[in-house]
Amino acid sequence: MERLEHITAVAFPVVAINCDTDQIIPARFLQKPRSDNFGDYLFRALRFDKDGAEQPDFILNQASFRSARIVVANRNFACGSSREHAVWALYDYGIRVAIAPSFGDIFFINCLKNGLLPIVLPLDIVTALLGELTARPGIEIEVDLPSQTVILPDGSTHHFEIEPFAKQCLIQGIDEIDYTLAQSARIDAYEQSCLDD
Amino acid sequence: MHHDQAAGPRTLYDKIWSRHRIMSRDDGQDLLFIDRHFIHDVTAQSFEMLRQRGLKPRSPERIFGTADHYVSTRVRDISGVVDPERRVMIEALQRDAGESGIALFGVDDPRRGIVHVVGPEQGLSLPGMSIVCADSHTSTHGALGALAFGIGATEVGHVLATQCLWQRRSRNMRITLDGKLGAGVSGKDIILAIIAKIGVAGAVGHVIEYAGSTIRSMPMEGRLTICNMSIEAGGRAGMIAPDDITFDYLAGRPYAPQGDKWERAVARWRALPSDDGAVFDREIHIDATTIAPMVTWGNTPEDASAITGRIPDPALLDDPDRREAMTRALAYMGLTPGTALEDVRIDRVFIGSCTNGRIDDLRSAAAVVRDRKVAPGVEAWIVPGSQQIKAQAEAEGLDRIFIAAGFDWRYAGCSMCLSTNGDVVAPGQRCASTSNRNFVGRQGPGSRTHLMSPAMAAAAAVTGRLTDVRRLIPE
Repeated sequence: MERLEHITAVAFPVVAINCDTDQIIPARFLQKPRSDNFGDYLFRALRFDKDGAEQPDFILNQASFRSARIVVANRNFACGSSREHAVWALYDYGIRVAIAPSFGDIFFINCLKNGLLPIVLPLDIVTALLGELTARPGIEIEVDLPSQTVILPDGSTHHFEIEPFAKQCLIQGIDEIDYTLAQSARIDAYEQSCLDD
Repeated sequence: MHHDQAAGPRTLYDKIWSRHRIMSRDDGQDLLFIDRHFIHDVTAQSFEMLRQRGLKPRSPERIFGTADHYVSTRVRDISGVVDPERRVMIEALQRDAGESGIALFGVDDPRRGIVHVVGPEQGLSLPGMSIVCADSHTSTHGALGALAFGIGATEVGHVLATQCLWQRRSRNMRITLDGKLGAGVSGKDIILAIIAKIGVAGAVGHVIEYAGSTIRSMPMEGRLTICNMSIEAGGRAGMIAPDDITFDYLAGRPYAPQGDKWERAVARWRALPSDDGAVFDREIHIDATTIAPMVTWGNTPEDASAITGRIPDPALLDDPDRREAMTRALAYMGLTPGTALEDVRIDRVFIGSCTNGRIDDLRSAAAVVRDRKVAPGVEAWIVPGSQQIKAQAEAEGLDRIFIAAGFDWRYAGCSMCLSTNGDVVAPGQRCASTSNRNFVGRQGPGSRTHLMSPAMAAAAAVTGRLTDVRRLIPE
């Protein structure tokens, strides 16, 4: 995964509440190898018709949004299925930041393991932002991970929270398996102590 | 400092969490030891991650696999899986399990079935355990008094490599249900009523413990159904304190402890229930006597109503986001506000899934179907949750009741719950389904799903429309 520190990019809005991961990537693509470009499957049923032709009304098919690298979504974004393929689809399309008032728990965790930064902002700010992205297609948002700030098109700056460990993993482009493997002695000792049960 | 480390009453969740905590990180995440890791035929990408790093599973003896997502329900063996990509997923599971010495209930194994049915059924999921699987319905296993939750593919890779997982502790939520259930009301109606009340994000950030007299008197099947759909309320996990019903269910199962070990285990498990006075961050009380048979009408599980109700009117909603969502859902579902739910005609029936594919579910459906016929024009399927349940149902003669009525009696698998194996509801068709999600396109592009209990789905099958099952069963 790519390192992520600073990004200024077009954001596309997902106005619907409770957008589930089945919408982000339908289950029929779960069998695809990771070497595929999962960006092709992103919002597949909404983006393309059954013959594979683009649905012109869908947001990502509009010229102003094609280069989007940030998604701004309404509440409870990416709820439902634990499929990490939903993150892969967004990531492979080029999305590096997801902003919403709330996320599905599992999706939020999956994002952090794949170089996709999930940002929770207050509902009123996201509601206004969704309106602005719709009214002025193609406007950009700036995100700075080290300082944990988002700069919106109206110039307002907002702080966001992120766990320090996850932040380091995103900035360095690493995951936590190596870190955990270094704790093997403690894991072994724990398991040994349980065998007495 | 976590509150369980201080003296004082603890919840079931607190107890299992602290028992499995190996260490803590500066950011407040804890490294949890994972007792049981279930894998299925959508785990190939995680093994590939491991392979690329030159790693092998640390504890293959703690991992169990079964093929469920891509298996055919029409043909018992792999010859029924003709699509090459689906076949590759099953073969990858066989190869990955074989290379690592992981026990696998493969396509030909009489014990195979949906992973969340097989785990409890084999006694692999036990009280007090930490359990993970790359599937959000892993919350099912919490019904046995375990901490069980779904994880993503990268987390699966992490658990394979280390048998541990970094997690931030969730908040405690208790939903207490009291009172005797009415006729025709089951665990499915309870969980749909709960989600309708608290919403699909109602339990985000929480682990739910279900408690109260209604739960205490409920058989394991109903408890498994309720915990299964905890994720549909946004919960990290669902749990029920183990009791004699749990122990009776587990006693003698193949992987459950036996003899002296069983006695010692039960003694340990009796200390698991939440202590009197344990504090929950959120408490909800529900009078279970008021719950009627439920059915969903929209595209999220919170879009549920008693079968006696009508299709709601978006114009009556104040919140513009909700109004827009309901308008969109009714358009997709082809429904008009004000229509009585019982007037909605159906084309398909699917009884099965990790939510409602267990023996009690099939018995309750058979009780409704007995001496009746599937309505003309309706295609109705029974897909048992495991091959063992299929065999048990056949031993009880349930298959003959279903077949005589005109049902298709199929082999075990996830099937039409999410249609990964090609079992689909055709575009525009309306399906009475005992599964867990009524999302847009879940049962195939353009499919229209109404979630309900097995008894309600059986009632819909014989009348051809959504039906209050209480009309069809004796008082």
